[in-house]
Amino acid sequence: MWFVGVLIALWFIIYLNLESISAFICNIAGLTSVTSDYARSVEFFIFEVPKVLMLLTLIVFLMGIVRSYFSPEKTRALLEKKSLFLGNILASVLGIFTPFCSCSAVPLFIGFVEAGIPLGVTLSFLIAAPMINEIAVILLFGLFGWKTAMIYVSTGLFIAILSGYFIGKLKLQKYVEPWVYEIKSSRQEIGEEKINFGGRIESGYAAVKDIVSKVWLYIVVGVGIGSLAHGYVPADFLAGFMGKSAWWAVPLSVLVGIPLYSNAAGIIPIVQVLLEKGASLGTALAFMMSVIGLSLPEAIILKKVLKIQMIFIFFGIVGIGIIIVGYLFNLIY
Amino acid sequence: MVVVKVLGSGCARCSELEKMCFNVAAENNIDADIQKITDLKEIMSHGIMQTPGLVINGKVKISGKLPNAVTLLHWMQESN
Repeated sequence: MWFVGVLIALWFIIYLNLESISAFICNIAGLTSVTSDYARSVEFFIFEVPKVLMLLTLIVFLMGIVRSYFSPEKTRALLEKKSLFLGNILASVLGIFTPFCSCSAVPLFIGFVEAGIPLGVTLSFLIAAPMINEIAVILLFGLFGWKTAMIYVSTGLFIAILSGYFIGKLKLQKYVEPWVYEIKSSRQEIGEEKINFGGRIESGYAAVKDIVSKVWLYIVVGVGIGSLAHGYVPADFLAGFMGKSAWWAVPLSVLVGIPLYSNAAGIIPIVQVLLEKGASLGTALAFMMSVIGLSLPEAIILKKVLKIQMIFIFFGIVGIGIIIVGYLFNLIY
Repeated sequence: MVVVKVLGSGCARCSELEKMCFNVAAENNIDADIQKITDLKEIMSHGIMQTPGLVINGKVKISGKLPNAVTLLHWMQESN
């Protein structure tokens, strides 16, 4: 336990002094002229990469601990017999905290539907769970500040709640593969082991090992591309076609974003470049949400339980939600 | 003989779990019939919501994560 305390204290000492540390490194490397494109790129990279990786490690660790209090089984139990709208809100919020891997989307879908949880509530969960994840939130916080991170979380929740609610109202049960309703599972209790706080810290470590080892490379490459653009690309480069004046930019970004598939770690440093080079916040946000939240692989996985019409309706409604959010932000900012 | 079913349709951790089961059984001379279940209906009939799932002699032992080798061995031995 004291060991964790020491690690966290160390983390804060390094993190709070990161700017001077990276400046020091740049100094030794002889990069003192901030005026050249090259120096600007390298400095940006040397500061941003450790910053983002450190933030990621801490948050993944903390989320690993938080998630050990949640499980799909508990979430299902909480959602049973909830009315439609309240159920959508609860499902979306629980989507943030419940451990979720898109490879388990189908068993989870069946498990929810079979327990009598309405289709719309189940889909609220399936929209929120991948879209609002700790990696997205922490990268937004690290690169843009807490306001943008909060905007992302709240608009993500908004989309998940409303899309699920509308889908629920449309009564689309007929577009779910009929065999889903025929499954009679023996609900066994997997004797939930009692874990003490030490065990939860273990889950935090496990999450760091699992996630950070998977995404660090995306971050380095993403920030690398970002750094190059930071130094070399003129600041208003994208203003013409991703700026506010281009009304078609938002829907186009969403259309381009849907078939693209990337995890948050890869896409957010790219979004940072888009913003820096003249894209407007709403357009960039819409692009990012469609890349993370809606993806072709997800559609293919869900095809096992949903008919094609339902997939189109699902993606259509969520897509429209994202477009509305995009326009809204272009209007406000 | 102990019947071990690894439930999962193709996720990376599913094949990892299957491999673990084979290794643990081989290293400890456990007579095990290890099956990989990929059929969704059969997976769901065990009532799990996350893959991989592990079923030993009809009992769900774990779902959504990998057990450590010691625990896995313990499960196999107690069911044998």
